[in-house]
Amino acid sequence: MALLTFKGGVHPPDNKELAAGAAIKEAQPPKQAVIPLSQHIGAPCNCVVEVGQEVKKGQLIGEPTAFVSAPVHASVSGKVVAITQVPNAMGRMVQAVVVENDGKEEWTQLQDNPDYMSLSPDELKEKIKNAGIVGMGGATFPTHVKLSPPKEKPIDVVIINGAECEPYLTADHRLMVERPEDVVEGLKILMKVLGVSRGYIGIENNKPDAIEKMTEAASREPNIEVKALQVKYPQGAEKMLIKAIVDREVPAGGLPMDVGVVVQNVGTAVAIFEACRYGKPLIERVVTVTGRGVKQPGNLLARIGTPIGQLIEECGGFSDSPKKVILGGPMMGFAQFSLDVPVTKGTSGVLVLSEKEYVSAEKYGPCIRCGRCVDACPMGLMPLMLSLLSEKGFYEDTKEYNIMDCFECGSCTYVCPAKRPIVQHIRLAKSLIKR
Amino acid sequence: MAVTNRQQELVVTVSPHVRSEESTAKIMWTVTLSLLPAFVMAVYYFGPRAVYVTALTVIGSLFSEWLIERMAGKEITLSDGSAFLTGVLLGMNLPSSVPFYIPLVSSFVAVAITKQLFGGLGYNIFNPALIGRAFALITWPRAMTTWFTPTAAFVAMDAKTTATPLGILKEEGMHKLLEVFGDKMHLYQSLLMGHRAGSLGETSVIAILIGAAFLLYKRYISLHIPLSFIGTVAVLTWAFGGKQGLFTGDPIVHILSGGLMLGAFYMATDYVTCPTVKKGQIIFGIGCGALTALIRLKAGYPEGVMFAILLMNCFTPLIDRNLKSKVFGARKEASK
Repeated sequence: MALLTFKGGVHPPDNKELAAGAAIKEAQPPKQAVIPLSQHIGAPCNCVVEVGQEVKKGQLIGEPTAFVSAPVHASVSGKVVAITQVPNAMGRMVQAVVVENDGKEEWTQLQDNPDYMSLSPDELKEKIKNAGIVGMGGATFPTHVKLSPPKEKPIDVVIINGAECEPYLTADHRLMVERPEDVVEGLKILMKVLGVSRGYIGIENNKPDAIEKMTEAASREPNIEVKALQVKYPQGAEKMLIKAIVDREVPAGGLPMDVGVVVQNVGTAVAIFEACRYGKPLIERVVTVTGRGVKQPGNLLARIGTPIGQLIEECGGFSDSPKKVILGGPMMGFAQFSLDVPVTKGTSGVLVLSEKEYVSAEKYGPCIRCGRCVDACPMGLMPLMLSLLSEKGFYEDTKEYNIMDCFECGSCTYVCPAKRPIVQHIRLAKSLIKR
Repeated sequence: MAVTNRQQELVVTVSPHVRSEESTAKIMWTVTLSLLPAFVMAVYYFGPRAVYVTALTVIGSLFSEWLIERMAGKEITLSDGSAFLTGVLLGMNLPSSVPFYIPLVSSFVAVAITKQLFGGLGYNIFNPALIGRAFALITWPRAMTTWFTPTAAFVAMDAKTTATPLGILKEEGMHKLLEVFGDKMHLYQSLLMGHRAGSLGETSVIAILIGAAFLLYKRYISLHIPLSFIGTVAVLTWAFGGKQGLFTGDPIVHILSGGLMLGAFYMATDYVTCPTVKKGQIIFGIGCGALTALIRLKAGYPEGVMFAILLMNCFTPLIDRNLKSKVFGARKEASK
């Protein structure tokens, strides 16, 4: 069968072998969980606990203040010791609740639903909303918002994103291998909520075991189909995934719902299943800790609020020459200056690049107009022009080259032989142009 | 914690954190390397003078690059291979007979004026090597059209001069060309192998194609420009190149002779001076082909590849501006 894909893209070495074989292991609960009140796109939560208060595992600590927002729950039981500002993955300061773990692992009351599939779509959506579920692929868009499309945008397809196109990361891969039924259940819930009869699970072809397991798990579901995708970055970008699987083009500036599609990540599907089945809020997630800068790469089920330094320790600590610590993958992840940064709902990986894997981006040359970035851009843009215009300060002119369609996947910068910081130029221009 | 003790060693930069192995220098040196077969054939047919002329253009190019960068207080970029490549390409575009000052002066025009004074690598409007050659052709028309007969005898001292196949075709016609080379098969064979008068690196079509195939394999160039360029020359010379009316021309002679192969695969595909979007490249190639055919068939010069590419270089920014790449999900104007 021909593998599905999109036009453009790049082929960075995937380096998945470092962690792909490591079964998901439960990480030690943190002694102190640092839980940011803004772990999603949208309005930060209102803190509903006070310093000194005892909280249980799964208890609501942050309440959404707007529709586009998601509640936040305690990931350990214990005492709130501080409500303070901490740096998030992007280095911005956000408010966080610090819970001192009492080690009792006491759960708040959860509502078990063995017969969850008989719940109405609205009841299921409410459970997803109350569980604080957001897109766990990294974008952290509140899931219930995606599940509430306006009436004039009917949805007919749900896609589970198992592409995991970022090099190194294997969290979704492991979930698909170890918990394929839960992924399928999550998809079924999504289809029910949206009233959709077509479900797909898209998986890049470098994960044959995941394709096999998922196909097997979906074999009893006539409406669900597993699709093998060509290994190419950014295959897991929503627009590229939709193009590959159902051959629809999300209009420029539009959303997947404009073409009748909702996409959810594998981890999100599992979280949705757990929320509807067990009433469990999103307080832990699978994090790939990998790279040649850590001794024993692996996949950890980590509580939200666990400092990334602790996860690195649990994977044997740094190897001799750690050079860069990245939250997320190497293409779109964020380099960290502090190892106290906590795991949040969007943390798919902690990548430690060693001296050998590290590439210096200090020096770059002039654009030789080779056009590699044009060929690589999945959005069909001309990154060279965006970069050149931004570099010279012609920010307004970048609009003529559709700068706002860039989602900063980094493909252009990856292929650039002059090593130009194209994405950086684009971000700068985006932030400076008048809207 | 032991781990946190090392956090001050960490580097923080924006994404992406990995880069491809490709680099500007790697591209330039690889393209230079791919010219080796053509260079070997040049030495085979034209002897030590091929080495002599090419060495002079390379030295001239490197010196010019160094001089201007030094005067402008810029970083010296000799190691990126760009000036070296320009030197080699310029040498390939000169006859073996030229006196020493022509390679030196024309390489100065190429690198110092055409490239560096316009802002250096990436900012030049015209193909540097071709401007160097155009300058030489206009300044020393006689020397630049004096062609030694290829000998294939390495130390033939009594160099004889002769006309190029295109020159013969222009001045005396197809019958004379067949007379010189014997018959059509011998003519094609000589053109293919490079046993004919011409600039150093342009004569051996087969050697150029070997180099080009390597670049295609490495994906350093694509076929968009070469195919549209050569195809257009073939169609137009076939249609209008014959004396007996429409479609009586010999496109094969036109394709195989002159600087078309070298021009189409090595000069027109110069990243800096050709369009970056594929559909623009096809327009560019067709334009190069049409102008080449026009000059060869109707203008005073027997060969037009150089002027055709230089003229199309002027259109590159315009083509790029008007034929942008297709944006993913762009709404069609008509449907709105």
